[in-house]
Amino acid sequence: MKFVDEYRRAKDVHALAAAVRRAVTRPWVIMEICGGQTHAIVRHGLDQLLPPQIELVHGPGCPVCVTPLELVDKALAIASRAEVIFASYGDMLRVPGSGRDLFSVRAAGGEVRVVYSPLDAVRLAQDNPDRQVVFFAIGFETTAPANAMSVWQAKRLGLRNFSLLVSHVRVPPAMHAILGAPENRVQGFLAAGHVCAVMGYHEYPPLTDRYHVPIVVTGFEPVDIMQGIYRAVVQLERGAAEAENAYGRAVTFEGNLPAQDLIHRTFEDCDRAWRGIGVIPQSGWRLRPGLAEFDAERRFDVESIQPAESPLCMAGKILQGLAKPNDCTAFATACTPEQPLGATMVSGEGACAAYYRYGRLPVRVPLSEGDIA
Amino acid sequence: MSGRSSAPPGPSSPGDAASTRQAQPDLANLSCPLPLTHAHQIMLGHGSGGRLTHDLVRHLFLSTFDNPALRQGDDAARLEIPSAGRLAVSTDSHIVSPLFFPGGDIGRLAVCGTVNDLAVMGAVPHWIAAGFILEEGLSLETLERVVASMGAAAAEAKVVIVAGDTKVAERGKADGIFIHTTGVGTIPPGRDVSGAGARPGDVILISGTLGDHGMAVLAARGGLAFAVDVESDVAPLNGLVEAMFAAGNGIHAMRDPTRGGLATTLNEIAGQSEVSIRLDEERLPVRPAVAAACEVLGFDPLYVANEGKLVAVVSPEAADGVLAAMRSHPLGREACRIGEVEAGAESRVHLRTRLGTRRVVDMLSGEMLPRIC
Amino acid sequence: MCLGVPGKIVEVHDANGLRMATADFGGARREVCLSYTPEAGVGSYVLVHVGFAISVISEDEARETQSLLEEIGALGEVSPR
Repeated sequence: MKFVDEYRRAKDVHALAAAVRRAVTRPWVIMEICGGQTHAIVRHGLDQLLPPQIELVHGPGCPVCVTPLELVDKALAIASRAEVIFASYGDMLRVPGSGRDLFSVRAAGGEVRVVYSPLDAVRLAQDNPDRQVVFFAIGFETTAPANAMSVWQAKRLGLRNFSLLVSHVRVPPAMHAILGAPENRVQGFLAAGHVCAVMGYHEYPPLTDRYHVPIVVTGFEPVDIMQGIYRAVVQLERGAAEAENAYGRAVTFEGNLPAQDLIHRTFEDCDRAWRGIGVIPQSGWRLRPGLAEFDAERRFDVESIQPAESPLCMAGKILQGLAKPNDCTAFATACTPEQPLGATMVSGEGACAAYYRYGRLPVRVPLSEGDIA
Repeated sequence: MSGRSSAPPGPSSPGDAASTRQAQPDLANLSCPLPLTHAHQIMLGHGSGGRLTHDLVRHLFLSTFDNPALRQGDDAARLEIPSAGRLAVSTDSHIVSPLFFPGGDIGRLAVCGTVNDLAVMGAVPHWIAAGFILEEGLSLETLERVVASMGAAAAEAKVVIVAGDTKVAERGKADGIFIHTTGVGTIPPGRDVSGAGARPGDVILISGTLGDHGMAVLAARGGLAFAVDVESDVAPLNGLVEAMFAAGNGIHAMRDPTRGGLATTLNEIAGQSEVSIRLDEERLPVRPAVAAACEVLGFDPLYVANEGKLVAVVSPEAADGVLAAMRSHPLGREACRIGEVEAGAESRVHLRTRLGTRRVVDMLSGEMLPRIC
Repeated sequence: MCLGVPGKIVEVHDANGLRMATADFGGARREVCLSYTPEAGVGSYVLVHVGFAISVISEDEARETQSLLEEIGALGEVSPR
């Protein structure tokens, strides 16, 4: 595959790893924001190529993992209704709500359909005029343009039976929250390349200035991730703290302007609860009041079930880079992909699922300053 | 196929019936106005054991599968056991949507699936018993196509369908057609092939490319609206297996990696044999179109179903000879070495990536769903 | 998040008021929406996420990465950018 295979070449990955080894003189903690990057790191074993001074911690960039429990419970309630066809990205099907998930709703007779694209959900509404089609619109900024388009398409087609259950989250407020936390250990970021393909990276200089951490826009293939790590290490060793782009083939500083335009015409900022972390102010997007007719939360009267999280689950700490999956007592024992206690074990991008699937990596003991391996 | 085409076509929907009634009757050429839809569809009566059942069985199943055992018309087939050795018995239910897909159909799948389960135990497959659950309303033309395909597959595999059964389920309760097959074969003395037979040092061979069937069927299902340049690989493997045994001793284990893919199959073998298995990512044969489709949907070819491939675990001394025998057979042209059995009783499967790093390959957990993350 | 895969546009058409295209990912093809990449046309490579092109892949920038890699391979390091 063009623009994929070229970025998986072993010799290039090893050359970059060697460059990192030569550049590093002391320990650094780097966070990759995006669950897709976590997945790539574990799938290709990239951290096995890094010198021990580099500690990679996994960020909260997994929209499946951070969708608030209350919203999952609302999704389950809506999907159980006889008149509803509930359309969702595949990732969400096994995410545990308070005691069940969309799979079990389907087994009990609810109509739950997996779609690849939001436009497929619009088509479902066209093809099933006597049913209510509700689309579970989750995601970070990357997915927002697509989710937004589904609303405008439904409007253009005059569909009265289509609505969205929205749970959008934004990256920059999450980074603020992580960097602002007193126990923060993150010294540099690999920013989410596909979020930046949409939003650009103009939102990062205020973060680099305020917290003095380098932020490197990074892609998803092994060469991309190694390059992101290399550029972050070079900056850290130099004492620099800039927003830098290591994914130039897909990302520009301004980002995708038509996409940003439609996002802003469709959504407005709101406070959002991140599952396991808590409310991060102004970190979410909800439908603008003018599009309220397409808001499933208004169209369906779903009483607030008291959401009940498993007390064993420490997904929140993992999502903030404060713990690793194998620090959790329930990891791989009470909590497995078949019987997940929290969302990070379910999503393909969740750190716990990645650790479980690809082998439970031993906990890396971070070196302290002065240690040279 | 029986000659059923002489009945005049009846209306196929209530709308059509209405328009027929509105046409001016042609009194000069009056023929019986009763619609003959039952001649073209399966009805509940076809499963009740009476004349309709007998007609269906005689005109369709018996005429297509014709053989001495079936001609007896008894409640069970009486068969001469052809040679010394042990009996092998295998059974399977087949549910697939859509019924017809590029490269095959449910009928071919049913025969080949059972033939292959016997063949990978080193058995020579002889007889198949096939049970059908037909949905009321299934078109007879569809059934004829499926049965013809089964007859062709049986002839190709040199097996005989000696017993059968037909039931009809109410509309909505059988998704078109479910087929259940049981196969019987004999294992020649001296052959001992089992999932528990893998030994450290053994070589892992695959007969061809991974993931063709699963991706072809998923594309044909239409829900994800993608097209892929690949057909199902469904085929009977007993000829290939005999060619492999002719190359000499040393085949310790064989399996056909169907649902769950190669990863699940190898985990089963690793568990039964209490060994570890190492796969080399560089060597895994995957068609570019399958690799591309997997990338787009977020699938891993190691977990995608195959219906015309086998994996063999052979002694290091026998590996070259068995591989050469595979490559000289039409179903093994792309056969290759993909890994090794390692010492260490972890019962795990590891992948050595293109980068030289390692990761664990677990069994498939749950359903494989397209992801956005 | 964000499974994004590069595909080549092989044809463009309008559907229901949206500019749509068929993207070829190397033997697998899917319909994608080009509303967010008006500059893309037949022959362009676009980054596709959930059926939408969100960015046009820049061959120039891709070449730039290649030369960076060569620099690293040759010199063992790269000059600060």
